[in-house]
Amino acid sequence: MKNTVYIKAYCAITNTKMVCNDEVLCEENELDYKSFLKSIYKNYCEVSYPKFFKMDEASKLAFLTAEVLLKNTSMTENEKEDLAIILSNKSASLNTDRDYQNSIQDKNNFYPSPAIFVYTLPNIGIGEICIRHKSYGENAFYITEKFDANLLSTYAQTLLNTNKTNNVLCGWVEVEKGKCSSFFYLLSNTEGELYSEKNINEIYQSI
Amino acid sequence: MINVYATYNTIISSLGFSTSENVQNILEGKSGIELQKDTKLSDVPFYASIIQDEKLNQAFSAINTTSEKYTKLEKMMILSLHKTIQASGEKLDDKTGLIISSTKGNIEALDKESPFLEEKAYLTSLGETIQHFFSLKTTPIIVSNACVSGVLAIAVAKRFLQAKKYDKIFVVSGDVLTKFVLSGFNSFKAISEAPCKPFDKNRTGITLGEAACSMLIKTKENKEGVEIIGEASCNDANHISGPSRTGEGLYRSIKKATQEAGEKLKKLDYISAHGTATLFNDEMESIAFHRAALSNVPVNSYKGYYGHTLGSSGLLESILGIESMKRSVLFPSIGFETSGTSYALNVIRENTHKDISAFIKTASGFGGCNTAVIFKK
Amino acid sequence: MEALKKELKENIIEVLNLEDLTIEDVNDDDALFGDGLGLDSIDALELIVMLDKDYGIKLTDPSEGREIFKSVEVLATYITENRTK
Repeated sequence: MKNTVYIKAYCAITNTKMVCNDEVLCEENELDYKSFLKSIYKNYCEVSYPKFFKMDEASKLAFLTAEVLLKNTSMTENEKEDLAIILSNKSASLNTDRDYQNSIQDKNNFYPSPAIFVYTLPNIGIGEICIRHKSYGENAFYITEKFDANLLSTYAQTLLNTNKTNNVLCGWVEVEKGKCSSFFYLLSNTEGELYSEKNINEIYQSI
Repeated sequence: MINVYATYNTIISSLGFSTSENVQNILEGKSGIELQKDTKLSDVPFYASIIQDEKLNQAFSAINTTSEKYTKLEKMMILSLHKTIQASGEKLDDKTGLIISSTKGNIEALDKESPFLEEKAYLTSLGETIQHFFSLKTTPIIVSNACVSGVLAIAVAKRFLQAKKYDKIFVVSGDVLTKFVLSGFNSFKAISEAPCKPFDKNRTGITLGEAACSMLIKTKENKEGVEIIGEASCNDANHISGPSRTGEGLYRSIKKATQEAGEKLKKLDYISAHGTATLFNDEMESIAFHRAALSNVPVNSYKGYYGHTLGSSGLLESILGIESMKRSVLFPSIGFETSGTSYALNVIRENTHKDISAFIKTASGFGGCNTAVIFKK
Repeated sequence: MEALKKELKENIIEVLNLEDLTIEDVNDDDALFGDGLGLDSIDALELIVMLDKDYGIKLTDPSEGREIFKSVEVLATYITENRTK
């Protein structure tokens, strides 16, 4: 027996653009992505969250995408508590792994950085979102060649259909070689636009 | 809901290249942890459980003659999976899934001195290599979720089987000991100077290790199988590297896994814990087990035998738990002497005969992640 | 000593990514951990690396850091007495 699944909200960030629920929230052509993420933090986050600046770029991207998405949807504290977060990308944490490798590459300048090492895992961004929103729900991080709606949604549906949660934040979060891209969508078994793989892929393509 | 069973499996570790060899060594009280003096990994000697290259290459050459093409991790994972596939006699058709679990994959390919291309550092490359080796028809699913990866992979397999996406799924996990990871845990001042002592009063940190494991998970029962009756993975929502002081995520994972098991679970007879032997992790586990009213249940950590094998540890320690259950023997937690957690645990001290009807495997990792899976005979 | 304190403040802000702060915001006797700058365990580890890298001081036990990292004042005194570079 399968329950109906809905898309409740979505948010996407690229190097120059942030889109949320069909609306372009901001667009910048001249900033590099690091500055762009910082400007999103300054302009769209209602809370002061100094920890943001300690995060690696991938975690910043995940944090902001979740922040803006959750701000633009309605969710009770209880729903947030059980929110499942299922993210994916191709490079895992290689962008930060390379930074860490640089800190240990040279025998004569060997100073491994704990603050970088802690971010050399792709799921740390999920942890940052959980801390921010007090979410104790299901987590998983998948590595796929490209955005794979089928994998994410099949997995999300197993959580929704077995009542492990009513809301799953799914998506893609990639930072590598000077480029960032994220696409998060909130699947729910209670309300929103009817979900289909075609539907979600169309939204993804349109960004 | 469809029933799901954990069946054929293979452990490749410093304690042997088959599950039975590993169990035999555990029964004899042997640990794979030794003092290592490899200056490529560290300037100073350190304790770790490492697979001998020579032994691995010899075993690998029996199944493939182009050994130099593959990294150590790939050889370990392929060898493990090969043995499990052979033992099961299953065909790899288009309803056969493969789940790959690794925390850091071939991360040493980032090192400028590595003989391999940087491309190898991508987990997708590891996936392709394994898929290609076995001519698998389906694209592997790759899970990388810090130190819970190995046991999370079992939960993921169960869910995809219950969603009828596959008929059967092979899970393969692996991580190797690298300068990257060793220096990182050293920068955290988390590496023990002596072999690790999980749950002990005098524990001073982690010992690292390496292993590859594989397991066939399917929906049809057979004499090899034990049922996977419940699982959950909950976040601490507390700190990205420090274990929760209340054991929140682990407690919730145990509670939800138990709820899912429902009436199938009469009693938990044994806990295969994470037990990394850091001060804070073991303390956190004792709090979570206490909150879940499991303080009296016999518990062990296999880290004293293998060190922390990262993304492989969860699968490794699930397989050993299953072996423990099948043989009705509780294996001792090596390194444990004196109780050293706020809530005393029933840590297993010697090989003990006991009928085990069900056990729980737990793990916790950076990012605040936790997973619990319950297996039943 | 004053120059060292200024240098420490700059380094702490940079190494620990305290973006919202300037050196004027950090007083010599402000508590670095707890209620003061609100630094946490990873920051403490990163300061241990800074001591090694910039001043040639090796701390092996993180608990030693608790006293040394009390404030910029205390830290500067410790560095002056123990630095090897």
